[in-house]
Amino acid sequence: MKVDSIKNGIVIDHITAGKGMEIYSLLGLDQLECSVALIRNVPSRKMGKKDIIKIDADIVIDTAILGFVDPDITVNIIKDNKIIDKKTIELPEKLVDVLKCKNPRCISMTEQELSHIFTLADRENRVYRCLYCETKAK
Amino acid sequence: MRSLIDILELSTKELDELISTADDIIENPQKYAHKCDGKKLATLFFEPSTRTRLSFEAAMYELGGNVIGFSEAQSSSASKGESVADTAKVISCYADIIAMRHPKEGAPLVASMNATVPVINAGDGGHNHPTQTLADLLTIHREKGRFNNLTVGLCGDLKFGRTVHSLIAALRRYENVKFILISPAELKLPDYVKESLTKDNVDFVETTNLEEAIKELDILYMTRVQRERFFNEEEYLRLKDSYILTPEKLVNAKKDMAILHPLPRVNEISVAIDNDPRACYFKQVLYGKYMRMALILKLLEVE
Repeated sequence: MKVDSIKNGIVIDHITAGKGMEIYSLLGLDQLECSVALIRNVPSRKMGKKDIIKIDADIVIDTAILGFVDPDITVNIIKDNKIIDKKTIELPEKLVDVLKCKNPRCISMTEQELSHIFTLADRENRVYRCLYCETKAK
Repeated sequence: MRSLIDILELSTKELDELISTADDIIENPQKYAHKCDGKKLATLFFEPSTRTRLSFEAAMYELGGNVIGFSEAQSSSASKGESVADTAKVISCYADIIAMRHPKEGAPLVASMNATVPVINAGDGGHNHPTQTLADLLTIHREKGRFNNLTVGLCGDLKFGRTVHSLIAALRRYENVKFILISPAELKLPDYVKESLTKDNVDFVETTNLEEAIKELDILYMTRVQRERFFNEEEYLRLKDSYILTPEKLVNAKKDMAILHPLPRVNEISVAIDNDPRACYFKQVLYGKYMRMALILKLLEVE
């Protein structure tokens, strides 16, 4: 399968196969008017299979969320057909309105206007905890 | 402006300062009788807790201040559906400092993010209860004279017992403190607290046997199995009598072991122990008031 290379934009590479759609939704790519390609199950020497997203526009994306969903992703910034920046993703310190706390005793369950905030409690084991009640994210 | 939501917001140096202030209040109460003249404490208690509320109120009155507030959610605007954030903003217009108890975990943090006056967490669900920890620490300080080199037994409901979580958080920062966690399997300490101990290389052991563990202890911290933390009445009834401290169980304990309990007690400490010199739980109540006085002074930045 062939998808044209892009001149100016972003290539999100090394997405774990099957997670492409989740990332597409999380980044709100359905809202963009430019060409966006989600390619699933691309053969990969390193990973066996992978997903790739190509965005044909010079935009800024929130890479912090990517670090939480799929930390081995790479983000390539393309300018004039060349990769000018290759970013590996770090786990974000804070996730706002990405996850919801599952603890029925947590204040975030009842206060409608409250942001759902999780903070990184253990980088090594990728553990996030609710800011309000410290319950582990699942 | 500072609030106190979690005991770990206070450094060990600040804890030492609060303890020194409390010691001085005990020695010279008159010196502090007008420190908060003209100031108001709002006690916002969204769930009943007579002793913590009265302790805060007594603390403020003994500093010369005044108290406003409510003692159950039904008599507050929460019953009309007001958010914690809005309540905090409104009460900030009336009071100089807020003490909040709430059944939802994290509610006092939300209040502190929205209030323009200091907020003290007076207990949030099964989560934190830092001012009880201040009472516990002053008791340990006055009974044992140290926070280092202690073997601390925590017994009963270690799952929902927020006082246990806060006390562990405070004590794990000191040298050579070992915890013995005594509870039925269903009420074991939550994983996140255990993870924090492992991460800091703090020595701890889990057991179900109080009689065996008691021999080693410098401090025995008893807790009540709390009905209000259970969704299931049957489970509460099954576990409520898991650990009852009796004079017979104390036979093997050290002569200078200190017995603490955040109170109220139901039946987990036999009244026959009340006159034992090792029973410190009523002194602990008094110390709680002095530490709340010291905390109010600190957060109001009263010299």
